[in-house]
Amino acid sequence: MMNAMRSWVKALSVSGRVGLSLVLLWLFLAVFGPFLAPYDPGAFVAHDVFAGFTTAHPLGSDYLGRDVLSRLLSGARYSVGLALAAALVASTTGTALALVTAVSPRWVDEGISRFVDTLISIPSKILSLVLVAVVGSSLPLLLLVASITYFPGAFRIARSLAVNLAQMDYVAVARCRGEGAVHIALREILPNMIHPMLADFGLRFVFIVLLLSGLSFLGLGVQPPDADLGSLVRENISGLGEAAPAILMPAIAIATLTVGVNLLIDSLPGRGRRIAGKE
Amino acid sequence: MAGPATRGLLATALPLIGKRIASGALTLLLVSLVVFFIAQLLPGDAAQEMLGQAATADAVTALREKFGLDRPAPERYVRWLLGMLTGDPGYSLVANMAVADVIAARLPNSLLLAALSALVSVPVALTIGILSAMHRDTRLDRGLNVATLSMVALPEFLVATVAVLIFSVQLRWLPSIALIPADASPWLVLRSLAMPILSLSVIVIAQMARMTRAAIIQQLNQPYVEMALLKGIKPARVVLTHVLPNAIGPIVNAMVLSLSYLLGGAIIVETIFNYPGLASLMVNAVTSRDMPLLQACAMIFCTAYLLLALVADTAAILANPRLRNR
Amino acid sequence: MQTHVEVRGLNVVAGGTSIVADVGFSIPRGGVLALIGESGSGKTTIAMALMGYARLGCRITGGSVRVGDKDVLSLDEDGLAALRGDRVSYIAQSAAASFNPSRRIMDQVVEPALNHGCMDRKAAEIKAVALFRSLALPDPESIGNRYPHQLSGGQLQRLMAAMALITGPELVILDEPTTALDVTTQIEVLRAFKQAVREQGATAVYVSHDLAVVAQMADAIVVLNKGRIRENGAAVQVLQSPEDEYTRTLMAAARPDARISQSCLPGEGRDPGATGTALSKASSNAAAMSGTPPLGPGFRREGRENLLDIKGLNAGYGATPILRDINLTIARGATLGVIGESGSGKSTLARVIAGMLPPASGSINFDGTRLPPALSMRNKEQFRRIQLVFQNADTALNPAHSVGEIIGRPLTFYHGLKGAAAARRVAELLDLIKLPASLADRACGGLSGGQKQRINLARALAAKPDLIMCDEVTSALDTVVGAAILDLLAELKRELGLAYLFISHDIATVRAIADDIMVLYAGTQVETGRRQGYDGVVRHPYTDLLIGSVPELRPGWLEEQGARPAPPAIGQPKEGADLCRFLPRCSWRVCGTCEEFTPPRHLTPGGNTILCHRPEGALEAAS
Repeated sequence: MMNAMRSWVKALSVSGRVGLSLVLLWLFLAVFGPFLAPYDPGAFVAHDVFAGFTTAHPLGSDYLGRDVLSRLLSGARYSVGLALAAALVASTTGTALALVTAVSPRWVDEGISRFVDTLISIPSKILSLVLVAVVGSSLPLLLLVASITYFPGAFRIARSLAVNLAQMDYVAVARCRGEGAVHIALREILPNMIHPMLADFGLRFVFIVLLLSGLSFLGLGVQPPDADLGSLVRENISGLGEAAPAILMPAIAIATLTVGVNLLIDSLPGRGRRIAGKE
Repeated sequence: MAGPATRGLLATALPLIGKRIASGALTLLLVSLVVFFIAQLLPGDAAQEMLGQAATADAVTALREKFGLDRPAPERYVRWLLGMLTGDPGYSLVANMAVADVIAARLPNSLLLAALSALVSVPVALTIGILSAMHRDTRLDRGLNVATLSMVALPEFLVATVAVLIFSVQLRWLPSIALIPADASPWLVLRSLAMPILSLSVIVIAQMARMTRAAIIQQLNQPYVEMALLKGIKPARVVLTHVLPNAIGPIVNAMVLSLSYLLGGAIIVETIFNYPGLASLMVNAVTSRDMPLLQACAMIFCTAYLLLALVADTAAILANPRLRNR
Repeated sequence: MQTHVEVRGLNVVAGGTSIVADVGFSIPRGGVLALIGESGSGKTTIAMALMGYARLGCRITGGSVRVGDKDVLSLDEDGLAALRGDRVSYIAQSAAASFNPSRRIMDQVVEPALNHGCMDRKAAEIKAVALFRSLALPDPESIGNRYPHQLSGGQLQRLMAAMALITGPELVILDEPTTALDVTTQIEVLRAFKQAVREQGATAVYVSHDLAVVAQMADAIVVLNKGRIRENGAAVQVLQSPEDEYTRTLMAAARPDARISQSCLPGEGRDPGATGTALSKASSNAAAMSGTPPLGPGFRREGRENLLDIKGLNAGYGATPILRDINLTIARGATLGVIGESGSGKSTLARVIAGMLPPASGSINFDGTRLPPALSMRNKEQFRRIQLVFQNADTALNPAHSVGEIIGRPLTFYHGLKGAAAARRVAELLDLIKLPASLADRACGGLSGGQKQRINLARALAAKPDLIMCDEVTSALDTVVGAAILDLLAELKRELGLAYLFISHDIATVRAIADDIMVLYAGTQVETGRRQGYDGVVRHPYTDLLIGSVPELRPGWLEEQGARPAPPAIGQPKEGADLCRFLPRCSWRVCGTCEEFTPPRHLTPGGNTILCHRPEGALEAAS
């Protein structure tokens, strides 16, 4: 197992390794971030507002005089955790539905596909805005909004994979053996879909991070007193004119996360290259 | 092209395109149902909220009757749909104006921004994509791949923030707020719009370039390209005379789909630059829970998206030689 | 200089491994050299190296290639571009993929001439039309105006030849040009190629894996294995008295009938080196020894020993009918061979029997009981006793499962075996198909084609079936590997008493293994009977064409065949009538009968049943 992992890492390109490091860093921060923060994220500790890079405050201070680094480290949890959970829900829902359509009669496939096509025809940010207007911005509901917005994309890819796999001779062999739909879906089709769907899961994650931070930036995402990275950009927007780190650092932080995941997925052998990109 | 070719085109391609249009119209109808349905889930009463303190039972009933809020949902849906189609998408209780008026003030601005961004993005993306594909697997290509891959994952507000920092704060070339006085000269307009356009274009260019590269490489991997090389035709000529004609369909398809990104990206960009466009209007509608306005804006964006998808599919159909030539 | 083309010490490397090592040969002007080998032998790589071309990932690392007075490997990009298409031309394997789908044929055929500045457009088009005519293409004047997707594979292949010859090259490379074609199309294309190249006076290199085809085309033969030359000599010598062991293996593999008839049935041995009537002699030997009862008229045995009994089967996909009025029986332990070319419906037949496609009408009886048409209506026992083995083992084995899991699943599903008992049985089955037991834990991704096909078989055997349907199981494999699979099938039949429905397009293979043979054309059963019956002189016109199109393993056969006579003129086929499907191509069609009435079935003197208006089939009526 360890040998397999080692050779896999060795096979990655330079950009892939950069991506992998960034991803691992962020996973670490998401879990341990708040414990590493030098200050209480809510405390007013700095002398100035919008301070620059100092030794006391490596990433400066925000518009109220709070330490940016500490706020970043505790905000990471929201950005990463929420997006990860939503991506998981979106991917599993999409995959499960796709498997159902692959082994079901035609009319089931038509019905579900039509419904999902309708959802896909609504640009994701628009759909999420409409949903947020209706259900609000509490954390569980944000998770719901993100999942609903992005499971159609996962379904589309999973379905095209599943339908192609269902044409394979080994599925025909299983059918001729007399196997039932459940066995075919779970034992014949699903194992061959896992790799591409993992890559897609990574992409879902990137889209959802961007969506949630965008929503928070608009004031429609994570609400105070909680703050994710997008909210941090929003609250410090007045520092734009001064080029304060308080507004730049959260934005760059998001970028390192999303770019890192993208680089990693792109360097995965085979599948990554074909589907990496914006949705 | 001679007569028979055009006739062949009409015979095979037009019915397909017609079917596509019909399918798109059906989808749009279903989308309107979904949008309406979601909007109806909002708890609380619009009339009650509007009246606020003065909400007596009679006043609320009267207001509801005035705006048809007491009718059953299917009837309201049909009225709303007909209203959308005839250009009257209802009345905004929050803004106290007809929705059509509110939108009319902002729609041209968004269209202008989108058009200019598309104009800028397409040539740059095409160049990057074609260059990348022709020199595939060289250092140039690998570098461009990493660059576009990264650009595609950037949050819009980062691009906007960095642009403001560089061009507005440091260099002081461009204004950071996109206010356009009514009588501004084209040059002034361009100057104010420069950064929003830049912010939108960066990500669109990256996405378009990647898809263009993929479309061309897919053609380059076809056996007929190897055959052309083995006939002694030089690589540059092969790309020009053999590959590009076949790649044009997929490239147009890719471009149009990438342009649809402008719809969503505009939301952040318009907000950060205080640009009076449709997207920022929609954000306001969400914040103020102005459902009629929100529904109308959402439908406009969805229609635009479906139109783009239709154009992309049409390009793909026309590009298929089996359908062009009977 | 005596020799026209000379290759010395050629080395080609791909990603660190050597794929062509120290290859050298020479060709005199006007000669035809064949490069023979299986997949991975490096033959295409060498052929491309003659133009200084290496595919993506490959690199020519050493040696020299001289064509005429040009040292190919030392030319720069411009020099190579000037050489290719002008002095040296290439005809690829798949014409359908080698033409640009959105440009007209004529544009692409004259492109090399215009590109190299040999002649102007007008002159090039005139020469092109002349080439089309000499290659026996239909409508030579107007065929250039069409697009690739409007033409058939055989036509495209010949057009590619025209494209290669238009500049009057001194060397023409033909890379497996007929491999993708039906055998009945292949013979015409071969004839056209041979004549065109000879008229041109060009030197030719012919790459193939098919010894019989090569025997017709080449003066000299180079045998390749894993990038090295095993034998190099005159065609006659290599074919009749090969010196190298590998060449002898190839020769044996190319004659399944002689090999298997010996092992399948007790009887006199056969000399594999014999020519000509090898096929008929082997089958008559088999007939003497087989002991199966003679067939009555209509080719249907009544009686309880029939395992599979099909009556009046019609099947199709939706509105398109594919199979029409199929009747056959398979006795216990017997083998029925089904021959047909692409589009004949042979695979559809297997699928209908397996239950994947419900028939439109007709009945299928298995071991006395009626077999339900659809999968959902059958029970486990019915599934178990009929097994289907597919052509392409790559797609028939689930890449996510290990070998043990694949073979073990039927054991669990049908027999309830689990754990140690299942593992033991898996090991037994692996032994039966002659694979090491250690393979059970491996994923099947890295295995060779032959190994995968054996595992495919083992999976079918695990169910302990009575009937195994083999759908082109050797077609995707190299000749040597496929021959081994055939031997295995024959052995399993002997040991386990299995019945086979063996589907193939290769008549030699079918005659080697089958007791009874059915010939399908466009979904109709044109000839049916015992194997020996096909040695008779009376055959269905299509069977006659089919057998006559299979090249024999000796030079000169192609010349002996001569061109088929054109089909005689007939009137308009009657609308809506159920006519003979072979009508458009039949050289024996009778004006006034064949286009009006449904053909009846006749019994031939040899004991076969043919679907034809002429009782004498393809035989000249006695004058």
